[in-house]
Amino acid sequence: MPEYKWPEANDRDLIGKRISRLDGPAKVTGTAKYAYDINRPGMLFTRTLYCPHAHARITKLDTSEAAKMPGVKALRIIQNVGTEIQWALDEIVAIAATSEEAAEDAVRAIKVEYEVLPHVVNGELGEKAPNAKPAQEQTTGDVNAGKAAATVTSKGYYGIPTISHCCMEAHGHVCEWTDDQHMTAWSSTQAVSSMPAQFAEGAGVPAANVRAITQYMGGGFGSKFNVDRWGIECAKLAKDGKAPVKWMLEREPELTIAGDRPSSYAEIEVGAAADGTLTYWSSKSWGSGGPSGTGTPPLPYVIQPPNRRHQHISVPTHMASSRAWRAPNHPQACFLTMSALDDLAAALKMDPLDFFTKNAALTQRPAVYQQELQKAAELIEWKKKWHPRGQNQGRIRHGLGLAMHTWGGLGHQSNCEVSIFPDGSVEAKLGSQDLGTGTRTVIGIVLAETLGLPLEAVKVSIGDTTFPASGGSGGSTTVGGVSASTRRAAQNALEQLFAKVAPDLGVPPDQLEAEQGTIRVKGNPGKSMPWKQAAARVGMSPLTVRGANPGPGKLIDQGVGGVQMAEVAVDMDTGVVKMVKMVAVQDCGLIINLKTAESQCYGAMIMGITYALTEEKIIDPVTGRMLNANMDFYKLAGIGDIGELVVHMVTGPEHDKRGVIGLGEPPVISPGAAISNAVANAIGVRVSHLPLTPDRVLAALEKGGLS
Amino acid sequence: MAKDKKAGSSGFSRRDFIRGSAAGALSTGLISSTVAEGAQGGAAVQVLGPGPVPVTLLVNGKSHRLQLEPRVTLLDALRNQLDLTGSKKVCDRGTCGACTVLMDGKPVYACAVLAIEAQGKKIETIESLGTPEKLHPIQTAFIEHDATQCGFCTPGFVVASKAFLDRNPNPTRAQIEKGLGGNLCRCGTYAGIRAALLAVNARKGGTNA
Repeated sequence: MPEYKWPEANDRDLIGKRISRLDGPAKVTGTAKYAYDINRPGMLFTRTLYCPHAHARITKLDTSEAAKMPGVKALRIIQNVGTEIQWALDEIVAIAATSEEAAEDAVRAIKVEYEVLPHVVNGELGEKAPNAKPAQEQTTGDVNAGKAAATVTSKGYYGIPTISHCCMEAHGHVCEWTDDQHMTAWSSTQAVSSMPAQFAEGAGVPAANVRAITQYMGGGFGSKFNVDRWGIECAKLAKDGKAPVKWMLEREPELTIAGDRPSSYAEIEVGAAADGTLTYWSSKSWGSGGPSGTGTPPLPYVIQPPNRRHQHISVPTHMASSRAWRAPNHPQACFLTMSALDDLAAALKMDPLDFFTKNAALTQRPAVYQQELQKAAELIEWKKKWHPRGQNQGRIRHGLGLAMHTWGGLGHQSNCEVSIFPDGSVEAKLGSQDLGTGTRTVIGIVLAETLGLPLEAVKVSIGDTTFPASGGSGGSTTVGGVSASTRRAAQNALEQLFAKVAPDLGVPPDQLEAEQGTIRVKGNPGKSMPWKQAAARVGMSPLTVRGANPGPGKLIDQGVGGVQMAEVAVDMDTGVVKMVKMVAVQDCGLIINLKTAESQCYGAMIMGITYALTEEKIIDPVTGRMLNANMDFYKLAGIGDIGELVVHMVTGPEHDKRGVIGLGEPPVISPGAAISNAVANAIGVRVSHLPLTPDRVLAALEKGGLS
Repeated sequence: MAKDKKAGSSGFSRRDFIRGSAAGALSTGLISSTVAEGAQGGAAVQVLGPGPVPVTLLVNGKSHRLQLEPRVTLLDALRNQLDLTGSKKVCDRGTCGACTVLMDGKPVYACAVLAIEAQGKKIETIESLGTPEKLHPIQTAFIEHDATQCGFCTPGFVVASKAFLDRNPNPTRAQIEKGLGGNLCRCGTYAGIRAALLAVNARKGGTNA
């Protein structure tokens, strides 16, 4: 068995370099085919009757006219008379027809009536909500002793609302039955290998007879692990209609029911000694993520005062279930914690940089955070630009804020099959998927690096359940999973190839290495065989070998830190917040592709700017409906809203030796807190709730007597 | 957030678009039957639909004769009838720009133009701009500067960038931010897009970088 490890820094030709993504040409030319783009011969289109009420019972449903409408090929009643509907836009009836227009007309011909029932849609009600669950409490140390030891305390109320995932490609599938017992699905999913089993359960087909394909997918961010009810019903419509069926959600349901990050609200009390050392934390939080409420956020976040108490109340609401949203619970916990601590620093009249640097001692990785704080401060020129909270003049006021975050990583289960063909070509196959993070390219880099070949010489095949299963892309586990399985598979393949060519080179197989397109003798590069000639020794059939994660050898790790700092400019007359500059300093172990790693940080900062400044699901308390379920009023930041962005990846031997750690989640955690702290620094008062819209900024100024 | 939707002379704005499409609707006589009744006594009004009508579209230099209901958008015609799926359907109401195509050289949201309105116009989609084997310089720059992640907004951004650079040969960063303000991305590729456009400009000898 080979010794599984990453090559040393001076032996890396590709790993850690800035490499353009392999699927870039397909994406920039529009030739990349997403599930939404699949057109099959005779394909039908779906439209759905959704329940307009947040809580209601169906009292009458008549689909007879709809079924007779021109072009209708299949109609499925998903929920019938008597069913109690628990959220607005839950699916009632789905219709597959020969065109989108015909399906739309048929849905309009359905007659339905409801008995409207009372609803709860406001998670901020907390324990005042009629169905709030009893508080859960966690205590460490002695909070009363912590209070006694504090010379300065701070109390505040903070809130972060429910937001949606708003994937550019809506959720959905195209389903096609090749015969009664076999189905192919093109799915917009971040877990292609799990699709067959999920379809099997609902659609009554053996999982072994389902093939799922996800060559490209237009964003998931945690919301696309499930086949979802529309997937199952799409499969059934395709069977009933005897034709392929496309069901992609329209934008209103996409925003309302297919994306939801739970809200979080908290009353927080914190205290510190005169030198700024935290002595206690006490908090009570509540929030909602739909019918099952929401779990306890990790409060306090990253920084753990010795004495701490946390209570959480879960509030079930009549909204569609929450879905994992990039770093589940962390952006909320980070915003709540870092806002409260920043307010305490202001009460202490301490520079937050000094305050957080001191209290980094209360984290799991003090040295890393202190280095990252220092680097970020340097990049944003903190010491030059910072002023005490509110101590500035003029209509446009600048401010600085910071936050710290953490995340796990490791790697999901992954299987990789590497084939070396007699003509020298090479292929890696994995039932993985590329969400836009650059997974395809990472696999190619690991394969080419291991075999000593240029990137262009290897083929990467993913996104198909005919390939060996690989885990869903969640929790920043993909890069760890696929890089480890690919490395092991490629090392296994080389071991077998070395055995075949060793006699020709006259040394034992373990004296060989694959470098520069050759198989050569270690320490004697002149004694070598070109790759193509070596590959010819595999015989007529390709040499096919597998590798897996988990497996032997330390290739991956978990636990990263990160610091972000923001500079904002706030217009005191209009309340408009503009981003001036943002800095992200991030460690993530051994980086495979520096270019796409940096892109993860840039993208996360921009996503963070959006939820800090503009993004919110606005739910009408009267109707229980989402009022801004469209992209006009569900505001995403545009290219002109982001200011200057600086990304600094923390690298070096001590990080390399940890192995690969995922990066999808961590950099999206801090922006809300960092930007909120920057606004407080600029205007002199805390805007208690995200997003920091002009109305909230002006209200906070008025409340603070500063308007 | 002050998201300036008006691009002015430096590019295409939503306001220009709405103005343009309203004029288009009138000039092609696209009036609903209720309006047509109300207009009785005036000049003869041609009512199209609601069933399929013949529609001829000139797309990427090729003429296509289709039978479409008048309510079918240019975007749906491109995607569902012609299998030109590079233009993406995202917001479906003229907000996000993922469906951006060129109509007589001007960028439009294909989801907000009816196919019958697009007759007689020269339509250019992302499919006409370059191929994976022979990329347009804008596409090369998008790859080089990693201005794509999931890629779903990317074709719209590439087409909008082409139209923008045609009109603004030497743009500043501020002009790029204004000119591309009609397109949205969720993964957060804006930093790469800004860098890509400045790089295209620099390669052409532009002075702004």
